[in-house]
This record gives sequence, structure tokens and C-alpha cells, in this order.
Amino acid sequence: MVIDSIGMKSLGDRFAAEEVKGRSLWADARRRFFRNKAAVAGLITLITITLLALFGDALTTWTNEELDFNVMGQIAQLGGPSLENGHYFGTDDLGRDLFSRTLQGTRISLMVGILGAAVAVIVGTLYGAVSGYIGGRTDQIMMRIVDILLAIPFMFVIILLLVMFGRSIVMLFIGIGLLSWLNMARIVRGQTLSLKHREYVEAAQATGVSTFTIILRHIVPNLLGIVAVYATLLVPEMILTESFISFLGLGVQEPLTSLGALISEGAKTIYYGTLWQLCFPLLFFVLTLFAFFFVGDGLRDALDPKDR
Amino acid sequence: MTEPLLRVEDLRVTFELKRAGDMPWTQPRLLHAVSGVNFELFPGETLGIVGESGCGKSTLARALIQMVPGTGKAIWQGKTDLLELSRREMLKYRADIQMVFQDPLASLNPRMTVGQIIAEPLKTHKPDLSGEEVKTRVKKMMDRVGLLPNQINRYPHEFSGGQCQRIGIARALIVEPKLLICDEPVSALDVSIQAQVINLLAELQRDLGLAMIFIAHDLSVVKHISDRVMVLYLGREMEMATSRDLYSDPQHPYTQALLSAVPIPDPVAERAKVMIPLDGDLPSPLAPPSGCVFRTRCPRAEARCAEKVPEFTHGAHGVACHFPGPLIGAKKAVERA
Repeated sequence: MVIDSIGMKSLGDRFAAEEVKGRSLWADARRRFFRNKAAVAGLITLITITLLALFGDALTTWTNEELDFNVMGQIAQLGGPSLENGHYFGTDDLGRDLFSRTLQGTRISLMVGILGAAVAVIVGTLYGAVSGYIGGRTDQIMMRIVDILLAIPFMFVIILLLVMFGRSIVMLFIGIGLLSWLNMARIVRGQTLSLKHREYVEAAQATGVSTFTIILRHIVPNLLGIVAVYATLLVPEMILTESFISFLGLGVQEPLTSLGALISEGAKTIYYGTLWQLCFPLLFFVLTLFAFFFVGDGLRDALDPKDR
Repeated sequence: MTEPLLRVEDLRVTFELKRAGDMPWTQPRLLHAVSGVNFELFPGETLGIVGESGCGKSTLARALIQMVPGTGKAIWQGKTDLLELSRREMLKYRADIQMVFQDPLASLNPRMTVGQIIAEPLKTHKPDLSGEEVKTRVKKMMDRVGLLPNQINRYPHEFSGGQCQRIGIARALIVEPKLLICDEPVSALDVSIQAQVINLLAELQRDLGLAMIFIAHDLSVVKHISDRVMVLYLGREMEMATSRDLYSDPQHPYTQALLSAVPIPDPVAERAKVMIPLDGDLPSPLAPPSGCVFRTRCPRAEARCAEKVPEFTHGAHGVACHFPGPLIGAKKAVERA
């Protein structure tokens, strides 16, 4: 025989002994996500903006606090974007470098957005999953608490908090964090209600797995798809909220700034012919929001169970 | 005579139904899903439970492992009443009673690998085993149920229905239970796969000395695997006998009707067979008929059936009917139809 049968058998045995790596639903979703061009473009934009916000200060000689006395008083004439004096985006009203100001604003806005979404993911998911899984009276009470909190006008509370306790970024985080998880909790609870009657949950119950372990091991991983999608769509929502508050002049305080505050300043000075003060922060703002929405959409398509 | 592994006495499961908009003080309507079932199960024996959908087969099984609240007695190994145990006390016995579910894919968590799924009961009941030991046992079990052990890292959606059911069986058997409850384990599978899974179950049962409660609505499957068979109708026991007795000499008209509906894979015999069509639908378990629950569809029903609930005659061939007996009413039924 040409084929060495003993050799073949040992080869077969070796193949059988080797552990096959399975492809999880996450891996499938990742593949689908990377096939979606808009989502990938959004992701690249987002990564670029994040990197710029974190490390972009190295690109310029100006810090966000220095005043450029050469342009001061003649902002409209001399403060425009130029490569010569190092103000790539021009300067703001006081002669501060707008490029580093914009990066600083982006940093703060992203932080607010991501922190708000993170609170929503952690608190909202656990709250919703526990409420939905335990059900009965516990569920009733937990969800009525959410309803009551949702009925409070959200913007009003944040503004009140900021007025009462002073305008600080910590207060803003608390305000946004307090309210961002409510909708998440409702969505997660709804999903949990449909998940908890699945047979694999029943199988775990029949085996005697504890309630908390079932929630963490069986319910939450199956919720993460919808949570991930909702969280990515929540980040821009949080950024918008923060920007709105900042636009009203109640958000972060100088010398800190955010995209909303910068846009507000730019809008105020638009009559003096300093259009760049509005345009550059607005560009970053719009790009960030679009990127998040595209990534969120891409995630939703990738994780949608209908495609499975 | 040996001690029965499980002795069930007067098992009842009653659900309280509240309608939307009911006031808190209105009496809820009662649904008797299982009413007064008795049986004994010996080690290594298979009890088949058959009946139409909605007759309480699954509820009966779920009540035994406290998935739904039941009343009555379920004596485990002559000592403990399973129905009286608290959640914590019950935990000890959950390793001894494992369950195989109907929908193979739905009973496996799609986010977990096969290895994790099979290991779950082991991790719950023997938390001090090392990771290495768990993996070895899982692989051994996978091999035992006819899965390739190298597929331990695969996910459920990468397997076929039959393979998924093997995973479900592996998960149930990994903690070496004494009783395996199979809740329609093959009704979601192809006929050819059904045979494989049934034979696997029978083989495992023989090798491991398992007792089994096998729930199905497919009578031929139950006949193949069971030692004894119980026929349920509206949550009540209609007839119980050894598999051979029940199939060759059914006493209860309901059993006879059920058996007559099983197709025979021989056209001549099939055409010559006496059919006993049942009239009407299954009555609502919310308002079961008075007396014998089967009387509304029974070809032998007489006035007495509406008045008195027939006693279940205990013994080798138990039956709950006022007029038990071999097939005689068939002709009448055919004429009526």
C-alpha cells in the first residue's frame, strides 16, 4: 500500500485529540460588525478622536491655559487658524489656543458620555436583571421606583443640583449617573422576563444553581448584546445632555471646558467674524456623535438575533 | 421486595389563576394540573408517562424537583419527602435527580461552551473539584454519550439537534444521578435521530443502573424504553401497567383510543385496524367534568360515570374506570363517528 495506514491512524488520532476551538456568538457578531463599512468607519473615527483627545496635546506648542498676547485684542484679524503661529484652529476670545481647548473639551465630553453609559451598564443591567428574574412583588416595587424617578424632570433636577451644590464636574457626573440607568434597567428587565423562561435557565434551576449565579452566568451574558447596543447609543445622548447644560452655562467650570461650552462661546462671538470658534468644536462634536451612532447601529445589526 | 427509589402518594399540583383586573380579595380560579397521582419507582426501572398535551405530564415531573409547588408525598428512598424540603435542603437531592429537556438547543445556554455547560452541575454540587479534574470528567462523559471530547470548546449552535440532546444528557449524567427525568427528550428530533438518542438513553440506563421517568406523547417510543407505563388524562391517572400488559391488553377506553391512533408500519394491518376516534376536545382543566373526567369523550360512558369518580384499582394492572375491560366499545364508537 502506498498509504501508510498506521501513520494515517496516528494522524487521525492526533487530530481527534486536538481540541477544536469553537466559534462563539460573539465571534460571529464581530465578523458581521467588521463587514459593515459605515460601522468600521465610525469606529476608526472614534478611535482617532479618542487618541487625539488623549495625546493630541503633544502636537502643539500651546497649552490650553496660555494666553497669546500677540493676538489678544485683535482676535478677528490675527486669531484665525494658521500654521505659522501654531494656532491650528485659531484662538478663542481670550487668545487661548483653540486646538488644545477643543481637545480638552472633547476629553471632558467623552468622559461624561462614557461614565454615564458605564453607570447605566453596570447599575441598569444588574438592577433590571434582578428585578426581572426575581419577579413578583420585588419586581413591582423595583420597577415602580424606576417609574417614579423617570417621572421627575431630569434636566430640572440636574440644573437644580448644579445650582444648589455649585457648578462642578463631580456634580454633573452624579446628576447624569443618577438618571442614565433608568431606561437601561427597563430594557434589561423586559429582556430578562423573556430569558428567564428559557429551558437552559430552567435546567440550571433544576440542578440547583443559586439565583445570583443564574443571573450572572445565564441571564447577563445573554443580555449583553442589547446592553452593548444601548450603551453605545447612550454615550452620545449623555454627551448631548452635558453639552446642553454647558450651553446654558451651567456645566463644567473654567478653566475646564467641554464641547458644549466651547460651542456656546463660539456661538456668542459669531458676530465678530470669528466663525472658526464655532466651527472647530462643532466639527469634533458632530464627528463624535455620528461615529457613536454608526458604531451603535453596526453593533445592533451585528448582534441582532434575527440574522442568526 | 426492594425498597422503591421514589414513592409518590397523592401528588397534586394546583395553580391559582388570577385574571387581570381581579380585586385582591376575589377568589382565584383553581387549575388542577395534576390531581392525586400515585406511583412507585424502583432503582433501575423506567416509568413511561404518556398523555395528550396539557394533561400534566411535565408538571408532574417538575413538581418532583420542586420547580412547581406540589402537595402530597414524594418519598425518596423510603426516608425523605421531597415535597416538604426547603430550597436549601432540596439542594442535596438535586444531584440525585437530574432532568433532560424537550428542546435540545433551547436547553443549552448559547453563550457557554459545551464544556462549561456539561460542567455546570458538577461545579454546583462538587465545588472543590479542581479545574483539571472537572475537564477530565467532562471529556469522559462526552465520550460516553457519543460526542467527540475534542469539541469541548465548541458552542451549542455548532451542533445538530441530536448532538445537542447528547450534550443535555451528558450534563444530566455528570453528577451520577439515581433518577433521570426525561421530559419529551426526543419529540423535537428527527425519527432517525430519535432512535439513536433513545438507544443511548437505554444503554446508559442499563450501564449506570439509573431509574428513569420518561415522558412522551409518542406511544411507540415509550413502549420501546419503558418497563411500566402510566397513562394520564387531565392530570389524573387513567391506567398503569407493565409496558407489555398495557400495550397488549389495555383496559381503559382512553388507553385503547390512544393506542388505536398509533400508526402501524404495515398497510394491511393499518387498514384492518379498529380506530376509536375520540369526540370533541380535551375539556378545560379549569372546569373538569364531574365524576370520571374522561366521560365526555368516552364510548362507554353511562349515567354512573358522571356521578362517581372511579377508584383507581391498585395492583399490577391499575385502572381508573367504572367499566374497564378489553376492547369492546370500539364498534359503537366507529358507528357513531
